[in-house]
Amino acid sequence: MNRFVLPMAVFVPLVVILAIGIRHAPEKDIIASPLVGKPAPSFSLPDLADASRAVRSTDLKGRWYLFNVWGTWCGGCRAEHDTLLEIQRAGVLPVVGLDWKDDDTEARAWLQQLGNPYEVVAVDHAGRAAIDWGVYGAPETFLVNPQGIVVYKVVGSLTHDVWTREILPRVPRQPFPGS
Amino acid sequence: MKHPAAVAILGVLAALAPALPALAVDPTQMPTPELQAHYLALTHEFRCMQCQNEALADSPVSLAADLRAEVRDMLLAGKSDAEVRAFMVARYGDFILFRPRFTARTAWLWLAPWVLLLIGAIVLTRVVRARRALLDQDFEPVDEDARP
Repeated sequence: MNRFVLPMAVFVPLVVILAIGIRHAPEKDIIASPLVGKPAPSFSLPDLADASRAVRSTDLKGRWYLFNVWGTWCGGCRAEHDTLLEIQRAGVLPVVGLDWKDDDTEARAWLQQLGNPYEVVAVDHAGRAAIDWGVYGAPETFLVNPQGIVVYKVVGSLTHDVWTREILPRVPRQPFPGS
Repeated sequence: MKHPAAVAILGVLAALAPALPALAVDPTQMPTPELQAHYLALTHEFRCMQCQNEALADSPVSLAADLRAEVRDMLLAGKSDAEVRAFMVARYGDFILFRPRFTARTAWLWLAPWVLLLIGAIVLTRVVRARRALLDQDFEPVDEDARP
């Protein structure tokens, strides 16, 4: 009997540690963003509404905003569209869109048809800005504070629950001016 | 070969084999063989973030192609491997590296196998010592047994 004490003393804690690791692992498809807690990447991209104008990250500083990566080719983006419209109606913070590797005409038609939840949409044909944001799928949404720091990231479709439980509590309640 | 169909399939595959390199995912050609080797080594080192068990080099998805283009451009601009790695990790985290760096967070990952190996070695040594002690005691009788 005694000779099993030592092996068990090693084996049992190992099993317990691994079991805890598996239980508490975040959803394995969701990869923690190294961007959270760091400054949002800077960019200057054409405006979807008017390609002659630019959307610049520097223009976004000084207030809270959601940065939403989407595309008309993306099923999850269609799924979250109603939530984006709900967020727009709530008037707590603006949503800035990044139209990722998409066709401009189709993107404009999509917004016309489904409603436009965005204050402004930046167009990223090459996907260069998306890489800077560490985007690996769409939709992805970043919450950015007035100092330009990424506070939170959502991978996958936004839902009413994510909005009310994860995003709203992180934003101080002050309606944003204008829009 | 009992099945004519199997023979036919093998024949077709054999005929196609020379064309296989043309089907490679990544057609990138670097200007020098050194840079090409460098490029291939690096793109095999990164994980494709969309099909997570595939290397950047082998993945057909468009994000992988974009990231390969980044690697290519950085190497052409004379950036070092460390700079390319830092670029990827800053954006996609340690997860993009198939071989994670040694940091406080990943220390257990690298050390655990060695700790377990050490424990195993200690246990093995103790067992062998204990058995050897038994052998010394029993040497004579065993010897007797061997000579009936």
